[in-house]
Amino acid sequence: MMEPEEYETGDLWRTFLTLLNVAVVLLLLGLFFAMTEKTINDFLNRPQYSEEELAESSRKRATARAVERQDNWDLVENGIHVKTGLKNDENLQLIIGACTSCHSAKLITQNRATRSGWSQMIDWMQETQGLPDLGEQEPKILDYLAKHYAPEEVGRRANLDMAEIEWYILGLEDME
Amino acid sequence: MLGLENSVISKYPGKSDQMTLLNDRPINMETPAHLLNDDLTANDFFFVRNNGLAPKNIDIKTWTLKITGESAKQTKEYSLDDLKARFEHVSYQLTLECGGNGRKEFNPPAKGNQWSTGAVGCAKWTGVRLKDVLNEVGLKSSAVYLGYYGADTHLSGDSKKDPISRGVPIAKAMEEESLVAWSMNDQDLPLLNGYPLRLVFGGYPASCSGKWLEEIVIRNKVHDGQKMKGSSYRTPCSPVPPGAKVEDKDMCIIEDMPVKSLITYPRTGATITLGQKLPIAGHAWTSAREISKVEYSIDFGMNWKPCDLGPSANRYSWQNFSSKISFPEPGYYEVWARATDVDQNIQPILLPGWNPKGYLNNACHRIAVKIEK
Repeated sequence: MMEPEEYETGDLWRTFLTLLNVAVVLLLLGLFFAMTEKTINDFLNRPQYSEEELAESSRKRATARAVERQDNWDLVENGIHVKTGLKNDENLQLIIGACTSCHSAKLITQNRATRSGWSQMIDWMQETQGLPDLGEQEPKILDYLAKHYAPEEVGRRANLDMAEIEWYILGLEDME
Repeated sequence: MLGLENSVISKYPGKSDQMTLLNDRPINMETPAHLLNDDLTANDFFFVRNNGLAPKNIDIKTWTLKITGESAKQTKEYSLDDLKARFEHVSYQLTLECGGNGRKEFNPPAKGNQWSTGAVGCAKWTGVRLKDVLNEVGLKSSAVYLGYYGADTHLSGDSKKDPISRGVPIAKAMEEESLVAWSMNDQDLPLLNGYPLRLVFGGYPASCSGKWLEEIVIRNKVHDGQKMKGSSYRTPCSPVPPGAKVEDKDMCIIEDMPVKSLITYPRTGATITLGQKLPIAGHAWTSAREISKVEYSIDFGMNWKPCDLGPSANRYSWQNFSSKISFPEPGYYEVWARATDVDQNIQPILLPGWNPKGYLNNACHRIAVKIEK
């Protein structure tokens, strides 16, 4: 006779636990809704942008990213220091310090010379432009310049740079 | 007020963002060839060659031009209003070309801004004749050279250093077309081209045409300002082999710029169909009285055919040329243009004489063209 009683007690206990579970789930759901209501409403009531506005904001983000990239003094991509356009190696900071306080790094990246040619440019800047003595930095600076910005042999006149040409169809009205 | 109406990017006031920037400190920018197609170069497409930093906070009410020097009979100062009131106003179409235009092609490479073909332009300049001003001040018989000083500042920030102070022989200064100009294409000079006042000497390296002009000195010897010495704007007095080291004493100041031309239409890379005729157009210029002939070749100089050549508005103006080209078969071609002036100077096909700083490259301009079936 004990068993039915135990069953009854077990049933009650089970019902109670089930109710408790349901209550806890409801409570959690309620809490979750309370926490996310604003987000959900914001999402449902979000402003509708036109394609132009979306494109504009995407452009702005791209520009901001580009500016951020440009302002990042540590960023190096494909061996190029993005901020200055200079080739990256262990002497890069020496170059930035010695050269770019007076002139653009573009003056380095667009020029090509042998070690002695670069040395003559440094002499000229020291003689006429107020560049101070570079001391023991000078050989390291010359190593860097001669390694990364050496001349190429192009003869008396180079070919047109085929890689640089952007081919396009020229629209002409008259077919003669 | 600063002539900024065509300004596209505020960082480079008055200049198009289609310019090719070679250097941003100091600012140096050139014009892609196809953007030089107009008869006169628009202010926002005119190249910029700065040696220092352009002046700030320019006040045209207080701006003065001082004429002085050991060979001037007196020292005299003119406000902009004085200049405009006292002397006849004249306009000329004058071509300005940087002495280093084309430097990029020299081998061994020459140091400096690596100009390709676009450090040239031709504008209508308005101002007064320099000789009228000089005659009012009076020159001593000892006068041989004129030097200028501008309001631009040295890159180092050192106010005692001039970024550039060049000039011309007195005979050049006294030419009809030598101007003290305040206007370019009927607008104020762009800031980067010398606002509010500059010199303009056609036919000479553009570095002689001082910008932000504040002072002219009449010298009894060749002017010895910044960039008059060493290898600056000088070439070997006698020809040297490529890569030679040349002593300063063996270098001579560049005066006349050589005969040259530029194909400004179409842009390089044009592709057309066999049977179509390719129209080409461009400009040719010289320090001689005028251009007498422009020819084109599509076979690397084996055959040359004449182009139609327009008149010269005045000495030192560039002249337009044009033609229509037939191609014999499909394939890759280069169109080369070659100008000849009345003194029988002809543009070389290869690079002219090597010099340490890579000046005076007047080799033929080339564009690439593809003909398809």
